[in-house]
Amino acid sequence: MFQYIIRRLLQTIPVIIGVTIIVFLLMHLIPGDAAQVIVGEGVPQEQVDQIRENLGLNEPIPVQYFNYIGGLLQGDLGDSIRSSRPITDEIFTSRFWITMELAVYSTILAVFLGLTAGIISAVKRNSAADVGIMIIALFGLSMPNFWLGLILIQYFAVDLGWFRPSGWGTWSQNVLPVITLGTGGAAIIARMTRSSMLEVIGQDYIRTARAKGVRERVVIYRHALKNAMIPVITVIGLEFGGFLGGAVLTETVFAVNGMGRYVIDSIRARDFPVVQGTVLVLSLMFVFVNLLVDISYRYFNKRIDLN
Amino acid sequence: MTLVNKTAVLEIRDLRTSYFTEGGEVKAVDGISLNVPKGKTLGIVGESGSGKSIMALSILRLIFNPGRIVAGELLYNGADLLKKSEKQMRSIRGNNISMIFQEPMTSLNPVYTVGEQIAEVYQIHENMNKKQAMSKAVDMLRLVGIPSPEKRVHQYPFELSGGMRQRIMIAIALACNPDVLIADEPTTALDVTIQAQILELIKDLQQKLHMSVIIITHDLGVVAETCDDVAVMYCGKVVEYADVRTLFTAPKHPYTVGLLNSLPRHDVDKEELEAIKGSVPSPFELPEGCRFAPRCPHAAKICFEQLPELNKLEDRSQVRCWIYTDKWGQQPEVNRTP
Amino acid sequence: MKTELLNVKHLKQHFPIKGGFLGRIVNHVKAVDDISFTIYEGETVSIVGESGCGKSTTGRAIMRLDEPTSGEIIFEGSNLLALNKRQMNKKRKDLQIIFQDPYASLNPRQTAGEILEEAMEIQNVVPKSKRRHRVIELLETVGLAAYQADRYPHEFSGGQRQRIGIARALSVNPKLIICDEAVSALDVSIQAQVLNLLKRLQREFKLTYLFISHDLGVVRHISDRIIVMYVGRIVEVADKTSLFEHPQHPYTRALLSAIPVLDPDRKKERIILKGDVPSPIDPPPGCVFHTRCPYATDRCKEEIPQLRTAEGAAGGHQAACHYMEEIQNGSMERAYS
Repeated sequence: MFQYIIRRLLQTIPVIIGVTIIVFLLMHLIPGDAAQVIVGEGVPQEQVDQIRENLGLNEPIPVQYFNYIGGLLQGDLGDSIRSSRPITDEIFTSRFWITMELAVYSTILAVFLGLTAGIISAVKRNSAADVGIMIIALFGLSMPNFWLGLILIQYFAVDLGWFRPSGWGTWSQNVLPVITLGTGGAAIIARMTRSSMLEVIGQDYIRTARAKGVRERVVIYRHALKNAMIPVITVIGLEFGGFLGGAVLTETVFAVNGMGRYVIDSIRARDFPVVQGTVLVLSLMFVFVNLLVDISYRYFNKRIDLN
Repeated sequence: MTLVNKTAVLEIRDLRTSYFTEGGEVKAVDGISLNVPKGKTLGIVGESGSGKSIMALSILRLIFNPGRIVAGELLYNGADLLKKSEKQMRSIRGNNISMIFQEPMTSLNPVYTVGEQIAEVYQIHENMNKKQAMSKAVDMLRLVGIPSPEKRVHQYPFELSGGMRQRIMIAIALACNPDVLIADEPTTALDVTIQAQILELIKDLQQKLHMSVIIITHDLGVVAETCDDVAVMYCGKVVEYADVRTLFTAPKHPYTVGLLNSLPRHDVDKEELEAIKGSVPSPFELPEGCRFAPRCPHAAKICFEQLPELNKLEDRSQVRCWIYTDKWGQQPEVNRTP
Repeated sequence: MKTELLNVKHLKQHFPIKGGFLGRIVNHVKAVDDISFTIYEGETVSIVGESGCGKSTTGRAIMRLDEPTSGEIIFEGSNLLALNKRQMNKKRKDLQIIFQDPYASLNPRQTAGEILEEAMEIQNVVPKSKRRHRVIELLETVGLAAYQADRYPHEFSGGQRQRIGIARALSVNPKLIICDEAVSALDVSIQAQVLNLLKRLQREFKLTYLFISHDLGVVRHISDRIIVMYVGRIVEVADKTSLFEHPQHPYTRALLSAIPVLDPDRKKERIILKGDVPSPIDPPPGCVFHTRCPYATDRCKEEIPQLRTAEGAAGGHQAACHYMEEIQNGSMERAYS
């Protein structure tokens, strides 16, 4: 197990290098002169040159990349053009943690709802409950989450006044964004759990368990679920990554001051170093979560030991 | 020799199990009556689609939607299993009546150790704690002939060979010393040298634990070697029911004879196999009369019109065939080739 | 005079196992480990053995479905392993293979007719205008009806699907057909029909079969000569009667004695082997069978026995055991029985 974790960690190194290269190249994929784009039209040439010099855009590209990596290794993501503050400070003082909270709560909600609904659906296959759950899941899946967010604000915050429509931090502020972000994931997890459970319930070892005299509830939760979780875990990992991306819209709708909103604002302001920095942090989170998924796989699927 | 005349530990009376599908009702088990004599072995032979496995699952009431046991009685020590509550039934499964299956590769749960899977039986039926149950599991592994059981008990199924896994299945089934072991194609997925080991093990444990065994198989060789009584099934019905010697020395139903003749033998040379023509009919389009009539070399008019009863003959074997009734004029040669 | 059709020389098929930190090759599955045999025109040779003995791997290696590690496969005088891909594809017209699971080896979206036409098209054996006619001819040859040409595989029963597989193999007029467990999945009554069909086709089209099976009854019925394999090696080769009547190798003896007989009164002496088949990853040194052999000695643990004809055995009957004569005349003690 320990050896496996080490190996998986080593394997992420090339992925991380790839991510940094792509993020780094973002600056160079901007059509035309990056410095010009950043400062906008109608600005004196000296100022453009100054920006270019500050961003190190005059160096050859490989040199720029190594400077960039050198900075990263010291925790330096560069400075924001707008505020001139270090991007690391801008992100990690509060924004990063807010987005992480949002994503983690949404994942918990999605997993809880999705698993429960999926198991009920599978066990009571073709019943009214199953059909109902699957219809709801289809809605959850096909509803754009910004739209769901707006509806929730209108109904629960404005009309009923149960929750606060914007911001983050208190319970009444957090509920609606988490529901907004978690619903789609819950639907996917529910469908995945259902089909995975149905497959497992048809397996020979489930019949063996029943023939041993095991109670049906124990058959489902002890014998079936642990096997059915193997594909579901992958989906959960991907969903978590999806939530990081989904946070961009949800945070905008609910005026949550997290990384998502920060990216949007920075794009509007053409603050490219910030965009670069945030995308990098989000990508690394994604890689890290998938690493966790792979490791948790081992708990559910002993056979991976062999490969 | 006649059918074993001993107290039956399990009496199957007119058992009917159907599957209700979109295409209509499939009578997978269609009125079967058999006795499982105490301490002896009953064989049930048939090809795919004969209903033999569904009949085995029906005994433990492990039939799920869209299947249902429609009628019949399953008298276990005189009490009808079909009248028991689900809870009572659970206390019988794996305790009084156990079952092992064809595919040892897939019949064990991949995410639990073999020890945990054996121990579970003791935890359910004998209220043991995990530690006691695990030590009993080690004893069971030793009983079924698994070397270094203390080590094996902590292994996962994928770490074991097919033969070993079938031994584990047997350990699970026999953990609580059942009266009846139902073995559904226990050796079909195994190599022949391993098959010999497993059959030997079952026979050996049967003697030690004084249990009755029901062996369900398509392999007539396995039947000849292990069974006392044999029922031959075709399309959900028993077509011949006899003691093993009568069945092999004087088979009566043309289907039984056909099966014996179509088998390539390792001990005899044959130029051409006497194949049974055609194939098993679809369960949705069963023939009107005798279900074997369309494939039977002797079929007469009556065979296509009326289903024969399972008749008792003088040697006390039972045959479902018009040839052995007084409605049949002249008895044709129904013989097993030497 | 018998003509050699296929001559397999020192065939080895080792599959690498990857592992460790960087996915290095840490070991090999020695699925087939230096085997040689010959098949003559018009005969049926069977390879029998238990799972993992390498019998199917041998069949696949001959077809070059997997590239063998080393050795030569001489088919009609030319080494198949020396051919390039295009030449090999052309050669496949002469070598066909039929698999165990007819359902998995037929494209579910093609009708029986399309499956056969495609096979003919690939090898370009029949001009396009005559293909339809040939399809019907083939279907009738294997005992199916002309109207079934437009049906899809799922509309056929298992036995009928295997007939389509046979028809597909026949469609290119092959010389050698490799039957890899071709009747194993079929019910007894259907299996007999297919075996009879294979025998009839052999007579009609002068086919040569390499029959791969674990079922000794089937093998006795269909074969002229039999090769017994165990953990990647050949342990015995003989003609059918000699093998079944006078098995020489202790493994063959155990194998034959393990088959249940159809006679409840005949209690034959059974040799029940202890333990499991060893893994082909680390096959035992010396004789591969020594871990389970009731007669094994220290010599068996070290020295690999070569195939040889025992004293008094029929010509052409070879087995790889150091002690065939001693076992035969009863001077060897069994360690267990």
